Amino acid sequence: MVLDTNKDLAEPKGIWSWITTVDHKRIGLMYGVTALVAFFVAGLEALLIRLQLTTANGTVLSADAYNQLFTMHGLTMLLVVVMPVGAAFMNYFIPLHIGARDVAFPRANAFSYWLFLFSTIMLLSSFVLGGAPDGGWFGYAPLSTQLDEFVRMDYYAIGAQLLGIASIMASANFIATVFTMRAPGMTLMRVPVFTWMAVVVSFLLIFSLPIFGVGLFQMFFDRNFGTQFFGGGGDPLLWQHLFWLFGHPEVYVLILPAMGIVSEVFPTFSRKPLFGYPFVVFSGIAIGFMGFGVWAHHMYTAGLGPVAEAGFGIATMMIAVPTGVKIFNWIGTMWGGKVRFELPMMFAIGFVSLFVIGGLSGVLHSVVPSDYQQHDSYFVVAHFHYVLFGGGVFGYVAGAYYWYPKWTGRFLDEKLGRWHFWLMLLGFNLTFAPMHILGLNGMARRTYRYPEGLGWEFWNQVATVGSFLIGISFLFFAWNLIRSRKNGRVAGNDPWDGRTLEWSIPSPPPVHNFDEIPVVEHVDDFWHRKYATDEDGRAVRMPDVTGGTLAAETTTGDDGEANRGSPEDMHMPSPSYYPIVAAFGVMVTGYGLIYIPVGWVAAGVGLLITLWGFFGWSLEPVTRDAHHD
Amino acid sequence: MTSQTAPVEAQEHHDIRPIRKAAMWVFLGSEAMFFGSMIATFLLYRNNTADGPGSEIFDIPFTSASSFVLLMSSLTMVLAHNAFEKRDGRGTRIWLAATALLGITFLAGQIYEFTEFVDKGLTLSTSSFGSSFYMLTGFHGAHVAIGIVMLLAMFFLSLEGRLHEERGLNVELVGLYWHFVDIVWIVIFTVVYLLQA
Repeated sequence: MVLDTNKDLAEPKGIWSWITTVDHKRIGLMYGVTALVAFFVAGLEALLIRLQLTTANGTVLSADAYNQLFTMHGLTMLLVVVMPVGAAFMNYFIPLHIGARDVAFPRANAFSYWLFLFSTIMLLSSFVLGGAPDGGWFGYAPLSTQLDEFVRMDYYAIGAQLLGIASIMASANFIATVFTMRAPGMTLMRVPVFTWMAVVVSFLLIFSLPIFGVGLFQMFFDRNFGTQFFGGGGDPLLWQHLFWLFGHPEVYVLILPAMGIVSEVFPTFSRKPLFGYPFVVFSGIAIGFMGFGVWAHHMYTAGLGPVAEAGFGIATMMIAVPTGVKIFNWIGTMWGGKVRFELPMMFAIGFVSLFVIGGLSGVLHSVVPSDYQQHDSYFVVAHFHYVLFGGGVFGYVAGAYYWYPKWTGRFLDEKLGRWHFWLMLLGFNLTFAPMHILGLNGMARRTYRYPEGLGWEFWNQVATVGSFLIGISFLFFAWNLIRSRKNGRVAGNDPWDGRTLEWSIPSPPPVHNFDEIPVVEHVDDFWHRKYATDEDGRAVRMPDVTGGTLAAETTTGDDGEANRGSPEDMHMPSPSYYPIVAAFGVMVTGYGLIYIPVGWVAAGVGLLITLWGFFGWSLEPVTRDAHHD
Repeated sequence: MTSQTAPVEAQEHHDIRPIRKAAMWVFLGSEAMFFGSMIATFLLYRNNTADGPGSEIFDIPFTSASSFVLLMSSLTMVLAHNAFEKRDGRGTRIWLAATALLGITFLAGQIYEFTEFVDKGLTLSTSSFGSSFYMLTGFHGAHVAIGIVMLLAMFFLSLEGRLHEERGLNVELVGLYWHFVDIVWIVIFTVVYLLQA
């Protein structure tokens, strides 16, 4: 695969170029598109659940189908939609934010994506291959280890394991990228907040996923090899500890990138620097640390004893402090700024408002006696949807409206976007606000039907109407995404008067990102290149600067290092098909393990394919230039 | 080599080794949590023998000997790295092979030990003790096996003169991995074999 230099730097075309791509921007887009498709699948599952619950004694779904749908809804939304959407933004913007030409390990990055895609296909294929997982996304033993059905929870054990491996690799990649590949002058305390949050998330995943991995192996062994981890002489509570030691950091994995996104959006649309940048960064790190010390608040009713419960209750209340710091910082950023209510800003404000509601009901859960009443009720469902949908999804959609011009060079349509926002806001609150009431009135989670006469019908009907409004709002969004790619208003390089480095380069960015690696002197460096400050502290536009070619003169004359210098002496990594081969092998192994003992053969074949992929990958040169030695 | 305004860290861009080392350390942090969870599981279940065999079936002198073999492999790994740094291809190959052989010896000892225990009635499904013992030591053994595959791969690459610092398998990174697997064994040996309540 020998390419000459000019070809190397031109945008390659065709399906094969996407399959073999190692470009972080393309991989990011593929993450995003895959997650969006999965979002519609998970949304469809949710709508079926809502249809079933619209009336008392609902007959839309059987109990069995209902179990599969609520399990897969949770599993898909968390592991296949929100986490990968975070990964999509991280892939695309970490290198742009720190002034790098790619991530540290471009092929490992491609491998992470393909393994994610194949695991997703595998999880969804379970619907037609013996039934989808039906033990809840939390997979509590002994429900998950009973063998009344053949493979369903094996799909859970293996599918989640493979997604975890993909995430661990991606996280190690992001951490190595941020800590070793920043542009000159880009000290850690000048790194944009989104990228900081990506680092925190990566560490959370690195340390929490292996715990989940052990739990999943134990579940798999219990189901297939007769071990006694959770059944027999074992303790089902062990699974709960291992699961929530992962599961609680996981919720911060889902929300922190969204917090990072709005931390970029608020300063841009308030035309002010982020209020208290170091506080936002350090409270994100604090959330990451404390996130490992609160897992047992999911297990109050398991009977851990008053000391443990008090300890975890206090820790849970304390984690609200750094979260509150961030919220005040965002408000402080808007305070006195020239706020422009563009679409990203509207979604970001929606994020903060709804997240505060969800956060407050979360603090209610930290109080042990109160939690005893709310546990496993719809109150909890309301809480985590306010945090993860009202928080997470609003934040990610804000990111999509904010960065779509960078991806495509065009704006998303304003009118469709406003329909999307208001329908989503209305639908969201109609769906989930009534669930607070339902929960306090005693409606339990995960019951597939309820009798008449409990007074639950009305609010359930409201919730169903709301859920369909959310569905419709996302049809506007999908149509907008497709239509604006060709027909949107042309955006230019810096449509929002942005502050961070990604706005200094063309939209969409060239393969190599930066013609010359910038030298960074400030937080929000790009802003400081555009504006000076007058005596009153007001920003004054500097006349001679146009976005686009802002590399400092000081970078010229270096000796052509891999990540620096002019295009002539820069070497982008070559495309490779080994990552997809290796990921495919892992998937074959996974399918084999699910269907053991028959599947041992497939597992062996898969392992060989994986080894072929890894060795081919390991031995091929990174760039065609590396032949010289 | 670079302009005055560029800080020191920027000068490392051309050198991919620190980047790979950073990622390896992060990965090992992840592995530490992986083994930590299994060690915690074992501690939870170590008296949970369901009237089957318990820790009394361990043969401490035998396992001490195989532990010594594994620890010595860390020494040969250091010597291999040292030879590689000096661009001594022959020395590198000798010490890589020695490390792999010591690892294989350790694995053989583990397989022998497992068959002994199975004969004495301790299997994966006998009790929670058996499940957690075999899972912990088995996953450790799998890590040793993967390490051996990488050592042998480097050995043969070196024969063909294709062992590079900057890409593919790398003596320093595999060394980090190998030492980590050794250190984990020290913890396992102490917690599982020596600490018998």
